Amino acid sequence: MGYGFPRQDAFDGLHAFGEDDLCSAHHPCRIRASRRLLPRRARAPPIQRLALLDSLIVEQCCLVDLDWICELKLNNDKSPFQRTFVSQVKRCAEMTRKLRFLKDQISKAGLASSALPAVQPDIELENLELQLAEHETEIIEMNANTEKLRQTYNELLEFKLVLQKASSFVVSTKGHSITEDRELDENVYSRDDYVDRSSLLEQDMQPGPSNQSGLRFISGIICQSKISRFERMLFRATRGNMFFNQAPADEYVMDPVSTEMCRGLPCGGIDKSDSCSLYSQEKVQRTVFVVFFSGEQAKTKVLKICEAFGANCYPVPEDITKQRHITQEVLSRLSELETTLDAGIRHRNKALSEIAFNLWRWIIMVRKQKAVYDTLNMLNFDVTKKCLVGEGWCPVFAKPQIQEALERATNDSNSQVGIIFHVMNVIESPPTYFRTNRFTHAYQEIVDAYGIARYQEANPAVYTCITFPFLFAVMFGDWGHGICLLLGALFLIARESKLGSQKLGSFMEMAFGGRYIVLLMALFSIYCGLIYNEFFSVPYHIFGDSAYRCHNSTCRYQFIPQIIFLNSLFGYLSLLIVVKWCTGSQADLYHVMIYMFLSPTDNLGENQLFWGQRPLQILLLLLAIVAVPWMLFPKPFILKKIIQSYGILGTSEMDGDSEPDSARQHYEEFNFSEVFVHQMIHSIEFVLGAVSNTASYLRLWALSLAHSELSTVFYEKVLLLAWGYNNPAIKLVGLIVFAFATAFILLMMETLSAFLHALRLHWVEFQNKFYHGNGYKFKPFSFASLVDEDD
Amino acid sequence: MYGFEALTFNIHGGYLEAIVRGHRSGLLTAADYNNLCQCETLEDIKMHLSATEYGPYLQNEPSPLHTTTIVEKCTLKLVDEYKHMLCQATEPLSTFLEYITYGHMIDNVVLIVTGTLHERDVNELLEKCHPLGMFDSIASLAVAQNMRELYRLVLVDTPLAPYFSECITSEDLDDMNIEIMRNTLYKAYLEDFYKFCKKLGGATAEIMSDLLAFEADRRAVNITINSIGTELTRDDRRKLYSNFGLLYPYGHEELAVCEDIDQVRAAMEKYPPYQSIFAKISYGESQMLDKAFYEEEVKRLCLAFEQQFHFAVFFAYVRLREQEIRNLMWISECVAQNQKSRVHDSVVFIF
Repeated sequence: MGYGFPRQDAFDGLHAFGEDDLCSAHHPCRIRASRRLLPRRARAPPIQRLALLDSLIVEQCCLVDLDWICELKLNNDKSPFQRTFVSQVKRCAEMTRKLRFLKDQISKAGLASSALPAVQPDIELENLELQLAEHETEIIEMNANTEKLRQTYNELLEFKLVLQKASSFVVSTKGHSITEDRELDENVYSRDDYVDRSSLLEQDMQPGPSNQSGLRFISGIICQSKISRFERMLFRATRGNMFFNQAPADEYVMDPVSTEMCRGLPCGGIDKSDSCSLYSQEKVQRTVFVVFFSGEQAKTKVLKICEAFGANCYPVPEDITKQRHITQEVLSRLSELETTLDAGIRHRNKALSEIAFNLWRWIIMVRKQKAVYDTLNMLNFDVTKKCLVGEGWCPVFAKPQIQEALERATNDSNSQVGIIFHVMNVIESPPTYFRTNRFTHAYQEIVDAYGIARYQEANPAVYTCITFPFLFAVMFGDWGHGICLLLGALFLIARESKLGSQKLGSFMEMAFGGRYIVLLMALFSIYCGLIYNEFFSVPYHIFGDSAYRCHNSTCRYQFIPQIIFLNSLFGYLSLLIVVKWCTGSQADLYHVMIYMFLSPTDNLGENQLFWGQRPLQILLLLLAIVAVPWMLFPKPFILKKIIQSYGILGTSEMDGDSEPDSARQHYEEFNFSEVFVHQMIHSIEFVLGAVSNTASYLRLWALSLAHSELSTVFYEKVLLLAWGYNNPAIKLVGLIVFAFATAFILLMMETLSAFLHALRLHWVEFQNKFYHGNGYKFKPFSFASLVDEDD
Repeated sequence: MYGFEALTFNIHGGYLEAIVRGHRSGLLTAADYNNLCQCETLEDIKMHLSATEYGPYLQNEPSPLHTTTIVEKCTLKLVDEYKHMLCQATEPLSTFLEYITYGHMIDNVVLIVTGTLHERDVNELLEKCHPLGMFDSIASLAVAQNMRELYRLVLVDTPLAPYFSECITSEDLDDMNIEIMRNTLYKAYLEDFYKFCKKLGGATAEIMSDLLAFEADRRAVNITINSIGTELTRDDRRKLYSNFGLLYPYGHEELAVCEDIDQVRAAMEKYPPYQSIFAKISYGESQMLDKAFYEEEVKRLCLAFEQQFHFAVFFAYVRLREQEIRNLMWISECVAQNQKSRVHDSVVFIF
């Protein structure tokens, strides 16, 4: 029982019950009655604060989870390694590391790991841990073996190259044969130690050449990139008393030394350190060199320099027959090694492909397990009661499901003590959770991008569903273009199930995500286009001449003074527009509005639209003026009062309620002057914004004009112009240019620009009138999202 | 462009300044250090670091960890960041960035030369070298027998060559003259760097000359303390002090004749900025002096970030990161050797 891993049923539960259902908890539960519920309101689904008390019998307990709970971090003050389940988390992290190592090895070996979960019985995590450790050591061992062989192979290959190239220099410069009795020894190849070999070299060099003129040589191989610096260094060290010969090697060789150096490092790494591992090692162009020099001192220097530059030296006998003999031996050993290497790699690949079969499932399993422990780590461990205490939010409607899940978990784990589950009453504002469907999701996203709604705040997404495509269409209105958009949107919707399951490019993903927005945008564009009488900029008089359109933004005002202010000025303007529309009057509304401020008592003259307009204007003006201090002063004072009473309430409740380490103590100090300044800024912003935002809606007019003018230009200056010629080629070119301009400029770029402006009108002009958007999102714990996430 | 950096700085330096400020906000905070100091094992340290920017560098280290691995990986991160910045930099920032590494180059040269003198394996020595101070032919330093050869064979190709003009002798290398060589090189390097920064002008010159002056003064004090009781003559000692800084020239006269730590203290206390440093340590003690200097340095380095449009932030960042790595090394060592009571002795909080 020393292990903290849950039994496998934790996962069975998940597979069996699907996403919004539970899983298992191993342990003991009791349910305590919930005390008080938050009032249900008709906005965002109400969210409740819960406390979960898992009692803990042994040190192991596995909670679990349910898609409906978002846990709070109760342990923020503790560092990660002080939390209760730290050892389990560490073990999971270790397993993840091993899995990453295996995955990396598999991908390097060019094998594909099956993304489909293999249909095999689940294994327990403890077994998995053992298995992984086994696999890791196995692979590391095989890597080490192969690497050792590979290194020897590379050395031989280099020796072969040196023999091929250097022999010609040696033989041609020294026209006499020297007997050198050095058998090709095993030691030469197994480069266990550099010193070892250099001593061999010494033996090699000394007896031979010294009987002639004291001229010695050293031959070896070095990276091409280092050759010039190497030569310069040799030149300096020997004061020019040397002769340097070089020839590029025909084959690319891996550097055996760097391999060896890397092997010294721990082999589990995936980052830089294993750039030396078997498959990733780069092959470099290398150059064979022979240095001739004289004197003992020079030799030590040359050898040291060779060492410093990482040049590998190989002895080349000067006798031709000897050379042939050695070359043959080297060649035979090379081919021998090659077969061994191949066999090793085949063996390794086989082992890896076996692992690859299960890898994906293991990764998901470990990931889930880690997530469970991370969640458990967020719970508080109550020492006196021997239980875990967790707090979280859940939507009210999901409560029965959670209770059911917890009960089932209790039963599954056969424990005597149940999970205590009760609803808490807190001051903090809960997270916001909106249930969306395929259609409303995209609109909700648009609103969320601006800000997450405060708890129980009116959700602008409801209006956005219609106003957004409508504002878009006002700018984009053209039923020909609208039909094109509609076809695109219908295509995306028709293939919804197919496209939804596969990965798309970033652009397609965006278009696919907003398919229902595009659908409505297209429908509204057709509608607006019909009203504007435009079809690819060609006027169609279906409904006769009518160009006056009215826009009255639907707002839900939060404050009565704001409503009064806005309506007494701009509401009045809207009224005037309608009146003017209905009566066909020639009055100048612009003039009316400006003189309403400048000289409200003057006679309106020909701009009078209805009886009693002047007194009404004076009344509205007074209302607007009164509304400004009204929206400025009361709120901070009321807030102050509320917070004071809350303070008393909060402390009294704290005393009566001995909730262990609840997270509820955090509410901020109330600072009156700050709130007041904030309110002042807010009021000024509102009053100024009322004017500027109204003006901002002019963009609707400007963009719709731009869109229709642009399409007219393409239609008249390209299509009609080309059609004027008799030459079919010119007609064709004109048609093609027109089609491309329509598709790319009008349909794509104009759609984007109209979309962006509609977005701005919603975010800035519409939502700032009433929407605070300073809430936070309800993020429930979910296994489903874990599986999706890539690392 | 004296005083008009704001107008033109961002053309070339804006991107990198943003990058370096981003890196700076990734430095460990006092809260991180508090957590690290509570760690029981190296695994705990790794776990805590995995939540920081060091995470990706440590996540693949298999379990029995060593202090050296942690330090190596943390240094690797600094080196990666430095290399990235160097790749992106244009003149004169690229030269400035290269200047930052010369100090490490000098240390590496000295390390290899001393190592070969004591017949250590070159590869082993190379592993100990700071990666920021590596240059191509560093391994061939082992070939040299005396200073002249050292210069003629290897260093003539490196940026350190001009600094060598002072110390070319045919004497054989021994510990004493290697140490003198290190300090002569360092002196020449600091003076050169100082001159370079002055030439750049503007806020860079202003801030860097302050930072470098502090560095020069600290070295002067260290040289004095380390040479007390050695055969180094007063004149030789004074030759090793850099010719700038707050102590130049009168402070140097006084330091040159100091015979014990309290005399050094008396000389330094005449300078208000250093008074506070010496006020922290008791009489006759030189152990805590390093830490006091480091703390003062960190304070000054952090201040460099308060101003915009200058290069000193790059210098300050690299130094701060190095200090952080020193802190991590100390904490890891204390944890590994079960000396947790001493963990606060040498840790310098950065924020």
